[in-house]
Order: sequence, then C-alpha cells, then structure tokens
Amino acid sequence: MLMTWLLILPVLIILVLLIIRGGPAISWAFLTEFPSNGMTEGGIFPALLGTLFLVSLALVFSVPLGIAAAIYLSEYAADNWLTRAINLAIINLAGVPSIVHALFGVGAFVIFLQFGTSILASSLTLAIMTLPVVIVATKESLQSVPHAFREACWSMGATRWQTIRRIVLPNAVSGILTGVILEVSRTAGETAPIMFTGAAFFLPFLPETVFDQTMALSLHLFVVSTQVPDVPEHLPYGVALLLIGIVLSMNALSIGFRVYLRNKKKW
Amino acid sequence: MSKKTNLLEVRDLSIHYSGNTILKDVTLDVRKNEIFGIIGPSGSGKTSFLKAVNRMDELTSGMSTTGSIRFQGYDTSAWKNLFSLRKKMGVVFPLPVGLPLSIYENVAFAPRIAGTRNKTDLDRIVERCLKRAALWDEVKDRLDSLGSLLSGGQQQRLTIARALSQEPDLLMLDEFSIAVDPVTTMRIEDVLRELKKEVSIILVTNLVQQAERLADRTSFFLNGEQVETGITEDIFNGRATDQRTIDYVEGRFG
Repeated sequence: MLMTWLLILPVLIILVLLIIRGGPAISWAFLTEFPSNGMTEGGIFPALLGTLFLVSLALVFSVPLGIAAAIYLSEYAADNWLTRAINLAIINLAGVPSIVHALFGVGAFVIFLQFGTSILASSLTLAIMTLPVVIVATKESLQSVPHAFREACWSMGATRWQTIRRIVLPNAVSGILTGVILEVSRTAGETAPIMFTGAAFFLPFLPETVFDQTMALSLHLFVVSTQVPDVPEHLPYGVALLLIGIVLSMNALSIGFRVYLRNKKKW
Repeated sequence: MSKKTNLLEVRDLSIHYSGNTILKDVTLDVRKNEIFGIIGPSGSGKTSFLKAVNRMDELTSGMSTTGSIRFQGYDTSAWKNLFSLRKKMGVVFPLPVGLPLSIYENVAFAPRIAGTRNKTDLDRIVERCLKRAALWDEVKDRLDSLGSLLSGGQQQRLTIARALSQEPDLLMLDEFSIAVDPVTTMRIEDVLRELKKEVSIILVTNLVQQAERLADRTSFFLNGEQVETGITEDIFNGRATDQRTIDYVEGRFG
C-alpha cells in the first residue's frame, strides 16, 4: 500500500504542479499562434503541428513494417538460431538509448541517404526507434490467439496466410492497436532522436515538404526552458502540460480500447 | 476385399519426435465406407498417427516420419498441394475448437477458402452440413451468434459440421467425446453410423466400448506399437491373438 502511494505520489505531484503553473497558459491562442518576441510570448502552433507530422510519418513507416515483421516471426519463421538471433536483436534494439538512435539517424538518413536535417530523417529515426515496440506488441497479441484455432484452420486445408488473415489477425487487432497507440505516446515525447535529424530551434513558417525542418513540442519545451532568456514561467509549464496531456490521453485511449475489445472477446 | 476399396494404405509408418520414436512400424488399411477404430491408452501414439496422415506433422517442429502413407492410391509425401490433401481429410479434435466466428461462418469457412462465394451455395452447404451433424434444429434460428458460445456437445457437433463442409473423403475423430456429455456422445455416434455411408472414418478413442459399438475394424496401439488389427468383433470377443489386447479390452489395464 505504502509502495503504491510512493509510486503514485510523484506522478500526482507532477500533474498538479503542471496544472497549477501551466494551466493558465493554455488557451486557444496558445494552441493556434506562432511564438513571438524571441519565443517569450505567443503560442506553440508550429511545434504542435510539427509533432503531429513527425509522429504520423513515423507511424507510416514503423506500423506496416513492424506488423509484417511480427507476422513473419510469429507465424512463418521456424524456430532456429536465426529466428532466435532476430528476436534477441529486437529486444536489444528496444533497449538502445534514444541518443544512440539519434546519432544513427544522423549517419544513416541525414548524411548517407542525403535527406538532410528534415522531417523525413526525423520520422525515420523515430520509426526505427519504435519499431521494436510495434514488433513485440504485435507478436504478443498474435501469440495470444490460441494455437488450436490455427490447427483447426490448417486441418481444413487453409493456407497459413488464409489462417492469419481470417482468424489470427482479426483476433489480434486489439493488442496490435494498443501497441501502436502506446508507441504514439512514446514517439511524441522523444527529443533526442529529432534534435539532430530535423527538429528546429525556431522557424517562422510551417514546413511545406517532408524535406523541410520542423519545430516539435518536445524540443520546444527544452528550448523555452533552458535556451531562451526571460521566458515567463507559465510558458514552459504550459508546453509541458500539453505534452504530458497528449501522452496521458493516448495511454488512456489505449487502455479504454483494450477494455472495450476485451469485453468483445470471442473465446 | 480387393485393393481398390482401400482409401488409406499405411505401410511401416514410424513417427519420430526429435530423435524419440513415438510410433513404429504401423501397417494398416482403411477401407471405403468403414469406421476404423484405433484404441489404446494415452501416449500410445494415436494422435501422432492422425497428424502423420494429414501431414500436420510438417507444422509441428521436430516431427518426422518414415514408411509410406498412400491416400486414394497416391503417396501423401509426394502430394504437391498439401492444402488439397488436408481438405480431403476432415479432423475433429478432442476439445471442440469453435473458431471465433459465427455458427454460420464456422461452417462456411472451408467452402469460402476453397473459393465458394455465392451466398445461395454457402447457405445450402451450411444447412446440409449442420443437418448431417444433427445440430441444425438447435441452431437454425441463431446462425449469426458466436460458435464458441455453444455448449461443449453442440460445439463438437459444430466442428463435425465444419469438417463435413470440406467434403472430405476421410473423417478423423480424435477422442471426440472427451468434453461431451453421454447423451450427445450417443447422438454423435448415430451421426457417424449415418456418415459411414458417404465417407471413411478413423475413430481414435480411449473408450473401448465406443470402438466396440462403432468400428468395423479396430487396431490396438500400445506404447508406440501396433499390437493388433482385426475385425472389431474378433478383438472384443476374446478372439484377439495378443494377450495384451485381451487384457486391454477387458479393462485389466489402461
């Protein structure tokens, strides 16, 4: 009981503090205006939009690839040393610090593939970083579908793919979506991987193509908290509140989704 | 009986799991329109035998077979399209597996993957198979409800209907009555007697009386060995040639 409170208390303190200090900053203008006067006034619109761009583009890359990889590993791959090595690599990849991913992104996407510091390079870096999460979540939900269903389908002459498409995937989709939503919340908060690959300190305009740089909420928080002098206190707190609000609501959505689908479970 | 009436011919079949021999030197024939019983205590290799026949072994890592299995005159290991082979062999598992689909879709699954899309055809197949499995009257008003919500006995009849929807030539039942009440078991046994007119049936069971009631011929497996195969009446009326068979059917062990 005490331990539970020790765990919950810091979260509550952070939330309350953020709401008290940052709450007054949140307004429609804050969400829709550009920063002004050396980022000491105005809103955060370009950063909010930038985070949205980065996260969605990262999802476009990581979700199909991650799901395909998980299907292969869970449904097709034989249990041999190669598969075990791949699984081990995925687990290790999930543990790589984000700053290392950031440097990999600089080397691979910014320099080698010559995307420059851009939304594309940032999103790809984020995608690589979150790929293991998608793969592991998908694999787990595929494996939670009873093996007996597969055997029943195979014994009727169904191919592996027919079995996966008609029985396994429809029943694993809740777990997969939960994984994806959790990934969104993690991606939205990451700073290191985008810092060197495409997120900008300040831009007076919105990005037009994926080869442009963009502002992002997480980096913007870092900037207004530490890099810019004379920022009124409520501003960074407002940004932090918004960011944590996005992350928590994503998590809540994922939990709600899981509960909803669990109640609909068919076996 | 002439050779042409054999649907399945098994010669010197041995099954190994990662080095261990589970079943050795099985030689038997399953004739057309007969119920072939396989009895024996658990662990005697009965289920592995079924998995070898429909080549489900290829999905279980570590299982390998030697010897030959001929189905409809063709060596199954040379059968190019594994899926068409499995389609000809319906399987009913010990615990009923209701796919997480509606009753209708459970039975329409096999025809659908085989390419039947026409709704009228599917309706007809579903009704026919459910009737043959003696389930139609109980579910005809709720075909859209989930198959997994049926009772154990109904689900087992649903899996039989599903197996029939493949239009198999061979029906393999693996201890189908484990999770089924006695009344339903009797109903399914009646269904099987009826189905025998159209398909061959391999009935794996550890209820010796069930084999006695249903099977035309019976094989006794013990610890991975095919002890004896013969006319069911001979096996059960003390005319078995092996003392172990007599002991088993009389309930002295097992």
